[in-house]
Amino acid sequence: MNLSELTIHEAHELLSKKEISSEELTKAVLDRIDKVEEDIKAFLTIDKERALEISKKVDKEGDFSNPLAGIPVAIKDNICTKDLKTTCASKILANFVPPYDATVCEKLKSEKAVIIGKTNMDEFAMGSSTENSGFFATRNPWDVDRVPGGSSGGSAAAVAADECIFALGSDTGGSIRQPASYCGVVGLKPTYGRVSRYGLVAYASSLDQIGPITKDVRDCAIVLNAIAGWDEKDSTSVNLPVPDFTKSLVEDVKGMKMGLPKEYLGEGIEPEVREAVLSAARVFENLGASVEEISLPHTEYALWAYYIIAPAEASSNLARYDGIRYGVRAKDSDDLIDLYKKTRSEGFGREVKRRIMLGTYALSSGYYDAYYLKAQKVRTLVKADFDRAFEKYDVIIAPTAPTPAFRIGEKTGDPLKMYMSDVCTIPVNMAGLPAISIPCGFSGGLPVGLQIIGKPFDEATVIRAAYTFEQATDFNTKKPAL
Amino acid sequence: MEFETVIGLEVHVELLTKSKVFCSCTTEFGGEVNTHCCPVCLGMPGVLPVLNKKAVEYAIKAALALNCEIPEFSKFDRKNYFYPDLPKAYQISQYDLPLARKGYIEIEVDGKPKRIGINRIHLEEDAGKLIHEEGKSYSLVDLNRTGVPLIEIVSEPDIRTPEEAWLYLNKLKTILQYIEVSDCKMEEGSLRCDTNISLRPKGSDKFGTKVELKNLGSFRAVRRSLEYEERRQREILEQGGVIVQETRRWDEARGITIPLRSKEEAHDYRYFPDPDLVPIVIDREWVEKLKSELPELPDAKKKRYMEEYGLPAYDAGVLTASKALANFFEECVSQYHDPKTVSNWVMSEMLGILNETGREVDEIPFKPEQLVKMLKMIDSGTISGKIAKEVFRDMFDTGKDPEAIVKEKGLTQISDEKELEKIAKKVIEENPKSVEDYKKGKEKALGFLVGQVMKETRGKANPQLVNKILKELLG
Ligand SMILES: [Zn+2]
Repeated sequence: MNLSELTIHEAHELLSKKEISSEELTKAVLDRIDKVEEDIKAFLTIDKERALEISKKVDKEGDFSNPLAGIPVAIKDNICTKDLKTTCASKILANFVPPYDATVCEKLKSEKAVIIGKTNMDEFAMGSSTENSGFFATRNPWDVDRVPGGSSGGSAAAVAADECIFALGSDTGGSIRQPASYCGVVGLKPTYGRVSRYGLVAYASSLDQIGPITKDVRDCAIVLNAIAGWDEKDSTSVNLPVPDFTKSLVEDVKGMKMGLPKEYLGEGIEPEVREAVLSAARVFENLGASVEEISLPHTEYALWAYYIIAPAEASSNLARYDGIRYGVRAKDSDDLIDLYKKTRSEGFGREVKRRIMLGTYALSSGYYDAYYLKAQKVRTLVKADFDRAFEKYDVIIAPTAPTPAFRIGEKTGDPLKMYMSDVCTIPVNMAGLPAISIPCGFSGGLPVGLQIIGKPFDEATVIRAAYTFEQATDFNTKKPAL
Repeated sequence: MEFETVIGLEVHVELLTKSKVFCSCTTEFGGEVNTHCCPVCLGMPGVLPVLNKKAVEYAIKAALALNCEIPEFSKFDRKNYFYPDLPKAYQISQYDLPLARKGYIEIEVDGKPKRIGINRIHLEEDAGKLIHEEGKSYSLVDLNRTGVPLIEIVSEPDIRTPEEAWLYLNKLKTILQYIEVSDCKMEEGSLRCDTNISLRPKGSDKFGTKVELKNLGSFRAVRRSLEYEERRQREILEQGGVIVQETRRWDEARGITIPLRSKEEAHDYRYFPDPDLVPIVIDREWVEKLKSELPELPDAKKKRYMEEYGLPAYDAGVLTASKALANFFEECVSQYHDPKTVSNWVMSEMLGILNETGREVDEIPFKPEQLVKMLKMIDSGTISGKIAKEVFRDMFDTGKDPEAIVKEKGLTQISDEKELEKIAKKVIEENPKSVEDYKKGKEKALGFLVGQVMKETRGKANPQLVNKILKELLG
């Protein structure tokens, strides 16, 4: 078996017993990248020399008590890494090297994880296929003619193709869960406020959240342990105790009450996806959980409200990219306004421009009440739907995405169709809830993801349900043939 | 037709916190360009603001001193616009839920108190500065000031004359300096003022079209620009013209206002709640605590000076107009029995020299004790009042103790009767005409003779004694 196929906990065991070294593991991963990256194109930057250097240093210190010590990790390119280019897959930041680490990177580094590179994504996390990267598209390891999902497509593809042991992604409307689903790996979006956003380049600040993309649920719990917690640098992070999530890795859903919202199984959901989710529900029932159909009546409005709120915040968050202080500045401008216009016209891609315009419009005087304010009200209603459901149920199960991975180019001409691929994940961001995507079946040889949604700050129950399902099935053990 | 002027003021004041409002950089004025900066105030990708509690505290203190209400709930909003001195391309400010509302400042108009309402006070971050170099086709950006906490104080349109605007500003500055939340130095930009002014027919309750004035570098400029603008608008209205709603720039050198390009005001700031910051919930107990910690404010102090020290309103007003001056005065009074004497010296001699030399109260090179020592030297007859003025001047120039000055310069009063008698005799001999006049009953002549003795002694003679001796000699 190739070392790059190891999970975190498998690698950790071997490292602890000194049966392998971090350098060997890192080399194996880098070799794997050499071998498959041409087909997958998951990385924007591979930090080969430094990764090897750090792995050697970790080996030399010889302390592998930390579960992430010596483990190669890939970081989505919208998470700032000190002295390592962070582009958000945008031409406008093509040359940006942050002088600081995101809090999550600081934490990973203090746990001695080995950052091997930065992964491709939809530009500024705006997209659902990683085709909106300002540099190139990433391909799905299960079928290189298909998209890996997005926006964390590079991270999900890298994990699925064993180009890293685990990865970090970010999720604003499904950007961790949907690519995890498309690539047949595990992806968790924590509760809003659970993980510090400091150093995550903002797309939509009230929705963004960093989370793990891993090969199994145990790894997911291990990574969440490492990155969760209040951060004084992020006022929206929440000062609550962080439980040891590996304690939730128990095979037990007896008596657990699960809601299955009918709105997530209706029109637009591919029959094979619906079937996979329904059989997952039966698996849970067989394990002693109860599954009941429920209704989240405002689900259909969530997507449209999201496409007001997220672009509105984005229009303001992305205004700083003006070519004045950092990033790429357009040449030969006549005056200040011309400099702004040229820099931003040349620097941003189509989808980013579309959302900046959408958001600017939604916030403009005279339209604010009709759009932004109304969307916020919808958001409150969406959240109230979940609150009501969680009075009775422990978790909610649903498909992660309405279809498996689609073909490259299939939806690029139709943004609305593209937006629909996040219809099952967006409501969860609007409500700020934790949710995981785990493999639950295949459709035409492509992985299908099951989404398990939890109460605020109750990642523990989500992990327990996911772990129990994973132990009872073998979907996560299947690997793409590359 | 008679017109009534309506003026409103928007004052921005930098708070004296040690660090910036959303990061830990220093707020110190000056410094090498772009050295008081960090990723947060530079608006780099991925950084987040964290509110400085001290800035909220200072803003609340200011609001309390200005008689405002402090709502329990407040939040920050983003004010979006592009400019190179604004790194994030939005300013974190407050839109619909400011920190404070509904206050007032009391000024004195024609000897009567008048309240000028304060509509709101909100907390926000300052922008950086552009540096334009002569003859260069580019501008440079200095972001040291970016993120320094500012409060914006918006008055109600209660001001009726440029003089009232000037009084309002002075009072505002005094109060903020008293509570030590800002140094209010207009020349360093820690206090900035924009105004708006409109005219309406007297008796009308509708507002006229208002004009906003910018580029006001001093309180004097505020007053002059308003006077100019009042005149300009009246002339237009009297000729049946219409006022254009616009922003005008004060040209200090030419003493006129000039329209700014209207393009610059066509802003839609697209305010929306800043998702990076949580709403502020103001604890009532904290507000009460801050309120109880406020020092005695100028109006209260003035009243106390009148009641406790028996000072005239004018004296009390002048002395309390600056906290430093009031402190100086009070320290003297705590060591000296007669407040009025202290007040006279502080108001005439001390302020006179300060005005003349352009120095501030905190630059006075001697301590209140030393002024008291000098006053006591007058009382004991060691020096005359006239000599004291010379000593006082010397104290200002050298910072030396009055005793040392008197000793060094030999300024001790001559109270030796024999010595004075000798000089008096000489003066009588040399001025027979005056002696004759005196004897004929011209009391004034005695004054002249006393003056001559003082002259002979270079002012050192004890004047009461000289008077007595001359009278005796002349029978
Ligand atoms: Zn700073």
